[in-house]
Amino acid sequence: MPQAEAANEPGATRAPGPGDGRPAVRLDRVTIEFGISGGQLFRAVEEAGVSVGAHEFVAIIGPTGCGKSTLLNAAAGLLLPASGSVEIFGRPLSGINRQAGYLFQQDALMPWKTALDNVAIGLEVAGTARSEARERARSWLARVGLASFGERYPHMLSGGQRKRVALAQVLIRDPGIILMDEPFGPLDAQTRLIMGDLLLKLWSDDRKAVLFVTHDLEEAIALADRVIVMSAGPSARIIGDFPIALPRPRDISEIRVEPAFQALHRDIWHMLKGEVLKAYGTGKIGGEA
Amino acid sequence: MTRISLLAWQVAVAAVIIVAWQVASTTHVVGDPDKIAFFFSTPAAVASQIWRWVVGGSIWYHLWITLLESMLAFVIGSAAAILIGFWFARREALAAIFDPYVKAANALPRVVLAPIFTLWFGLGIWSKVALGVTLVFFIVFFNVYQGVREVNTTVLSNARMLGMSERQLLRHVYWPSALSWMFSSLHTSVGFAVVGAVVGEYLGAAAGLGYLIQQAEGVFDVGGVFAGMFVLAAFVLLIDWAVTLVERRLLVWRPEISKSGR
Repeated sequence: MPQAEAANEPGATRAPGPGDGRPAVRLDRVTIEFGISGGQLFRAVEEAGVSVGAHEFVAIIGPTGCGKSTLLNAAAGLLLPASGSVEIFGRPLSGINRQAGYLFQQDALMPWKTALDNVAIGLEVAGTARSEARERARSWLARVGLASFGERYPHMLSGGQRKRVALAQVLIRDPGIILMDEPFGPLDAQTRLIMGDLLLKLWSDDRKAVLFVTHDLEEAIALADRVIVMSAGPSARIIGDFPIALPRPRDISEIRVEPAFQALHRDIWHMLKGEVLKAYGTGKIGGEA
Repeated sequence: MTRISLLAWQVAVAAVIIVAWQVASTTHVVGDPDKIAFFFSTPAAVASQIWRWVVGGSIWYHLWITLLESMLAFVIGSAAAILIGFWFARREALAAIFDPYVKAANALPRVVLAPIFTLWFGLGIWSKVALGVTLVFFIVFFNVYQGVREVNTTVLSNARMLGMSERQLLRHVYWPSALSWMFSSLHTSVGFAVVGAVVGEYLGAAAGLGYLIQQAEGVFDVGGVFAGMFVLAAFVLLIDWAVTLVERRLLVWRPEISKSGR
């Protein structure tokens, strides 16, 4: 796949910030297959190459069902690729990716633990004393704006509040890599903007490597340093790689009206549109788009 | 409906039934009152029987025996079910091998086991506990098994990504999930523990509510049978209420529990 390899190159060389040049995440010619009924194999992703620099925010965008999340799960170590390699800071990944935090699309908090315990658990299982873990969890809850919600159970929180707790739960462990699977997908439009701003604010403190999967192009451009475009599945491939040279810090609700943003949006959408139509079956809704 | 008016309606239902019962068994409105009183007794007779038990103090001993048997059956049955439920859920092959036997044992009417338990464990409380255990075990077992197998996969993946080892997953994810399933069947399993105790007593014992009812039946003392049933009903309601309190305490994190206050 020449495109996939071409897409791989700019990321590796363009990784901003210091470091020894080894990317935080490097997926090389990764193919992922699932067994489906009748003993057949469904090829979700084909020979995808993605690399995320140590301090880089990379967004993957593609039509629904293209295998973006699958690719993310391979980087998390939750899924084993059928072929290709996954390297984390230069080392081949085996088992769960211990250096990564994962923000899920669905609710992933433990419903039987309070918000505070949910945030503290990552430290507790790593051996931190319970009182210290809870103390640090308290300050993380404050950082995501939920200082007085520590004793609430997840079902007593709104969707946006649960996402904040989940964000604190991931970030408190100080992972070198943050993987996000359409984390703000289930939220309403205003909450998404607020969560995006919060994410950028927290991220800019220490700039961890981020791999952010979304189907929302505006969100991808507003947040990321680089936007990678995937084709429609099955056998989805990487078909584009766009550097986003918008200055930081960004205000993601303001940035949308800037001409540079709109130019990028036009370019990427031009490529994405065809894939989106393919995903919905060409000719069916193609006429109206 | 407010709480007060709900309670008023509930009391009204009881009042109507008791009045109808009293009218039928003491007047000629429905038929021959002597015949009806023979088959159904009268509210007054039943009440005075219960009163004699309570004042005479004999009922407390029988209640205590039934309560003890029920609690033992519940605790032993649940403990065994949690252990084996967990084990089977984590070892697919084991569950598959034992599947037909578990199903067969569960389908067996437990009453037929009572004589065997009497033979094995004697006429004392343990034969009743054994009967209760066979009832409680399967309810809790299936719930724990389900609870462990159907842990939310996102929660599980998240817990893994947070760095949990297998043992930590067991403690922080599988265990609470299984317990929540078990507690959701708490009313049923406690109820079955009581059923096991009472049926066991009924079939052969020297004490307990089931024994009281069986004794009254033996001498065609319909009033005694009804009195025993009323005491049993009150006993079960009380236990159910206690279970509700425990459940509310333990499952605060569950939306349906804290919302409905059930």
